[in-house]
Amino acid sequence: MADVVVEQGRLARAASPRKRTSLRNAMGRKSTVAFFLTLPLILLIALLVLYPAFYSVYLATLNKAMTKFVGLSNFTFLFKRETFWMVVRQSCIFAITAVVFKALIGFIVAHFVHNIPGKKQRKWRGMLLVPWVIPPAMSTLAWLWLFDPSYSAFNYTLSFFGIGPIPWLGDTFWARFSVILVNVWYGAPFFLIMYLAALKSVPDQLYEAAAIDGANWWQKIWHITLPMMRNIIAITTLFSLIVTFANFDIVRILTSGGPLDRTHLFATWAFQVGIQSSDIPLGACVSLFMVPILAVAAVFILRDVNKRGNEA
Amino acid sequence: MAEVALRKVIKRYDDVEAVRGIDLDIADHEFIVLVGPSGCGKSTTLRMIAGLEDITDGDIMIGGDVVNDVPPKDRDIAMVFQNYALYPHMTVAENMSFGLRLKHYPKAEIKARVTEAARLLDITDLIDRKPKQLSGGQRQRVAMGRAIVRNPKVFLFDEPLSNLDAKLRVQMRIEIKKVHQKVRTTTVYVTHDQVEAMTLADRVVVMNKGRIEQIGTPNELYHKPATRFVAGFIGSPAMNFLPCRLEDAGGALQIRLTDRIAFALPPARATRYNALPRTDKLLLGIRPEHLTESHAHLGPGVETFDTVLDVTEPMGMETLVYFGLEGTPVCGRVDPNAGAADGAPMRLAMDLNNMHLLNEETGVVL
Repeated sequence: MADVVVEQGRLARAASPRKRTSLRNAMGRKSTVAFFLTLPLILLIALLVLYPAFYSVYLATLNKAMTKFVGLSNFTFLFKRETFWMVVRQSCIFAITAVVFKALIGFIVAHFVHNIPGKKQRKWRGMLLVPWVIPPAMSTLAWLWLFDPSYSAFNYTLSFFGIGPIPWLGDTFWARFSVILVNVWYGAPFFLIMYLAALKSVPDQLYEAAAIDGANWWQKIWHITLPMMRNIIAITTLFSLIVTFANFDIVRILTSGGPLDRTHLFATWAFQVGIQSSDIPLGACVSLFMVPILAVAAVFILRDVNKRGNEA
Repeated sequence: MAEVALRKVIKRYDDVEAVRGIDLDIADHEFIVLVGPSGCGKSTTLRMIAGLEDITDGDIMIGGDVVNDVPPKDRDIAMVFQNYALYPHMTVAENMSFGLRLKHYPKAEIKARVTEAARLLDITDLIDRKPKQLSGGQRQRVAMGRAIVRNPKVFLFDEPLSNLDAKLRVQMRIEIKKVHQKVRTTTVYVTHDQVEAMTLADRVVVMNKGRIEQIGTPNELYHKPATRFVAGFIGSPAMNFLPCRLEDAGGALQIRLTDRIAFALPPARATRYNALPRTDKLLLGIRPEHLTESHAHLGPGVETFDTVLDVTEPMGMETLVYFGLEGTPVCGRVDPNAGAADGAPMRLAMDLNNMHLLNEETGVVL
């Protein structure tokens, strides 16, 4: 029995320096150092992203006067409103159409730019990036003038061909067309630059090998370019889908959601409901609806990226 | 399978002429190696045969047809690239069958051809792997497999072994030779490694500055080089070139290397060189293996001289000795037991029966 007591005492004495050593080890470990180095950023994100996110969840559960907890009744109220479902539809149409066209135009123009030799290419690259570097709130104002039904350059030019005048922002179809057009104009350069970088990373010899194997230009794109760019295409598309889905400034400046709410997106409608109509909880509720939709898109698009990661 | 012919082929990039009027006839089933230093135009020539580079002037014929304006896919050729150029997103089998799939071959035939090529190259177990999961040597085999399944008229190899380590390179060299013995497809092979050229080729084409210096079998190039460039390029260590001049000495012909050293030429050589003007600046070309240690029973035409060795390099089966003659560095090959040592005096023997005499200005072997 005495032996056991002695044993236990020794064990107890041995345990405390071991604890100190393991703490020192933990501090010395690279991952711990890395964690502390990134801590300021983590705190900043928590402050600027997580806090507002959870706060908006909290807001969405209050009544219009923000005095009473009402649970999910804001959500059930939204489900019953026809405008809400129209905004869901419009946001999806806007985001998908705009991203498809941005991706297509970016892909095609990237090929042209890729084939421009040396110094000239740098000039073209710079010029083609201009729409993306101008703040959209400013460039959209210029588009607003271009779309003016009476005095705009568009309708003036079209009048020479006996077309128009087209009510660019006054008619449902043309208003939707216009906001998508401006979004494509603004976002295509981002796709262009990403695809151009991806194209440059495909070794020329793969195309030469394919040419010798008997591939024509289309087969080279289908069997070499696209598979080699898969990851970039997936990530760029997802990123753009999120940004486009949450777009605010273009619609706000061009149409303010009109005519008859026919160009509203989640963000602009949330703004109108929450800020302009002073129903903050309902506005928060609308904006929260973007999360599940984008999460589903992210899962689908990023599903294979990790798996394919290091194929090359 | 087919013969390949190049007629006065020129390739110009802006003001630079990379290939300057090449004429070359490659017979059916032949294994031709284009060899030369970097920038000599050998890869450009190969790429012109492949159709990956346009030709500026001249004609290229494959199987008797002029293919100047025929795109690569219609030339019925297959090419193996230096960095393999395997499609990273396809498996080995898909890589090998890509060309056949594009041409809509029946699935059964594609499978049969891929299986046969994989068996030939010993890569049957790797057929479902992606290129990333293969070693350099295995990738090279897959690249060869991709060429073989197409059963093309001509194989083109662009420095295929340059990315492999020395040991694997020797192994793959033998593999390539074995494959050629089995499939017998006309092959054009580009390398800067003269050992690869000598070991693989039926005939070697030595190129320099966009021109063909000499075409011949490996033995012809080694023993009867046409120019100083070929003599110096083929063989390792390289041939020694010693400034010399011809002299008449008592009715016989001799070459004088230094004030102290002059050798009488063997009768056959004397007859060959007798008509040359005695004033010409000449070079004596002698390979290291014809500069050996002196011994008691030297044959006719072998002359001895004394020198002090600068450096020796024991290689095991032989020792390379380096010394200077009138400021010109010279390399010889002696028996490892001949007692060669750094800084030691040594009597060496020069076998003049295997000498070459070159015009110093034109570089032509006389």
